[in-house]
Amino acid sequence: MSGTSAIELVDVVKEYLAHGEVVRAVKGVTLDIAEGEFFSLLGPSGCGKTTTMRMIAGFEAPSKGLVKLLGQDVTNVPPNRRDVNMVFQSYALFPHMSVWDNVAFGLKQRKTPQEEIRRRVGEMLEIVDLTGREKRRPREMSGGQQQRVALARALVNRPRALLLDEPLGALDLKLRQAMQIELKRIQREVGITFVYVTHDQNEALTMSDRIAVMNDGLVEQLAGPREIYERPATAFVAGFIGTSNLLAGSAASGVLKVGGGRVLVPGHDGDVSVTVRPEKITICTDEPGAGLSAVRGSVTEVVYLGTYNSYTVSLTDGVEITVFQQNVHDAAATAERGDSVWLSWQAQHSYVIGS
Amino acid sequence: MRRLTPYLLALPSWMWLAIFLVVPMVAMASVSLQTGNAIDGFAMTFSFSNYGDALSRYSPQLLRSLLYGGLATVAMLIIGYPVAYWIAFRGGHRKSVYLFLLLLPFFVSFVLRTISWNFLLSDNGILFGTLKGWGLLPADFHVLATTFAVVGGLTYNFLPFMILPIYVALERVDPRVVEAAQDLYATRTAAFRRVVLPLSLPGVFAGVLMTFVPATADPINAQILGGTANTMIGNIIQTEYLTNLDYPTASALSFTLMAVLLVGIFIYARALGTENVLEAAAR
Repeated sequence: MSGTSAIELVDVVKEYLAHGEVVRAVKGVTLDIAEGEFFSLLGPSGCGKTTTMRMIAGFEAPSKGLVKLLGQDVTNVPPNRRDVNMVFQSYALFPHMSVWDNVAFGLKQRKTPQEEIRRRVGEMLEIVDLTGREKRRPREMSGGQQQRVALARALVNRPRALLLDEPLGALDLKLRQAMQIELKRIQREVGITFVYVTHDQNEALTMSDRIAVMNDGLVEQLAGPREIYERPATAFVAGFIGTSNLLAGSAASGVLKVGGGRVLVPGHDGDVSVTVRPEKITICTDEPGAGLSAVRGSVTEVVYLGTYNSYTVSLTDGVEITVFQQNVHDAAATAERGDSVWLSWQAQHSYVIGS
Repeated sequence: MRRLTPYLLALPSWMWLAIFLVVPMVAMASVSLQTGNAIDGFAMTFSFSNYGDALSRYSPQLLRSLLYGGLATVAMLIIGYPVAYWIAFRGGHRKSVYLFLLLLPFFVSFVLRTISWNFLLSDNGILFGTLKGWGLLPADFHVLATTFAVVGGLTYNFLPFMILPIYVALERVDPRVVEAAQDLYATRTAAFRRVVLPLSLPGVFAGVLMTFVPATADPINAQILGGTANTMIGNIIQTEYLTNLDYPTASALSFTLMAVLLVGIFIYARALGTENVLEAAAR
């Protein structure tokens, strides 16, 4: 990440009127996206991520706040005069134009010389592996090919930033995974800032340098993928990203007494919520040592998932905990349904959630 | 049996076409080549000169019809496209209300509506009479019995048939495609010209077809609003059939009109690009 910021949002609010009521889609978002960064806006549908992106593109004007591109205030600049391009959900290719004309559209609008258009469109189609399909119409192509046309159509203009609105949503799983790697490769190759909107946490974790997790019009957490996963800032983030176990109660001198055992929360007192990732937990039959967090319960479900087993353990106070155990040696389960077990994990893997 | 089912299902429509299109056409073609009169009867003489005679007598009316039909079509396009555009892109959740308002005049008969235009536009009627009374218009001002009145009447009467197909084509244009054009540096005008307009051309084609053909052949507007100097080919055909009982001439004129319109449509389709028309058909 370099120091200069490509896109800045300063306390951006978007309100609109729907059926006589003011709806606040975005409630004050401040972001600073660095040049060359792969930045994701992640959240459930209706969280305001698409509206935020549309304000960066210029399709929506913020009700309050500023949008800056490379330090310049573009809040009131229309989309055709912003040096960012967008890859739309379901692509929005021009159905009446060939692949070539779709990709050349932006360059033609900018009155680029014919010779340069020919060269750059040709190069771009090569990058996205569509050489030889220049004359096809969009509807004659598969979803994955249309996706690549959309990408080429935006990238050929060498924008300062590329905005991608759930671009892989319409593809099947295999193709989606291939395109994730492809997108990351292209981003490294062209060195352009990517802003990626998705509701798919795996996509965001796989590709991003940084992720802003959004919920209900606000950014809940802004951090790198590892940080977001390992140290969710709020209960929402913990629940939205991956599987997470939540234990709550009142702590006294750094120990939370729950589930017939203890959770170590050094330095915390009073009401606390703690998250633990399922893969950090170990299942054992004997009581673990005093240096570990340990709770007890009985196994209610065992699911074989290939690389790992998923156990559901019902604690003595009724809370359900999910545990993942890698199938390192063989596929034999560590515990069976109905077994009475101890669950333990290291103190550093308990993450106390703010608020 | 199973293989025949689709054909059997299509049979009623084929029968319909045969009885109400093919049979009358053949009958009319035969009449157009006959000679005789209404009292002694007509006999088939393969008299192709009927066409030449009819054309030499009525070519001014035929040309006038094409001109009026063409002028009205252009006027409908100029008025109708913006209306269709507005309903499709700015209509919001009231779209169906606007479409209903557009069709509302059809609840009153075509002839009655044209007669009320006659009433509105008459020289000393409710509108011009009042204005003349106030001295706002010269006493000899008139609109009835002019080209303007006939073309105006045609434009008014067939306008919805222009608007509806254009509306349907514009309605299908994905707003995100327009946004994509703007995102790719197109101004609003350029986005319209390069994206919206080409995508709506199939609708324009259908609209022109659905208005130019009936407007050119229409006898009612010229009869009610046109006076004696604006007779169109539809009036001539009507008079030849119903008053003069000269069936061969009327049939020959009908066929000539049909041929001219068909040739016109093919030239138009070619000019607009067959691809667009085929695409319109494929949708």
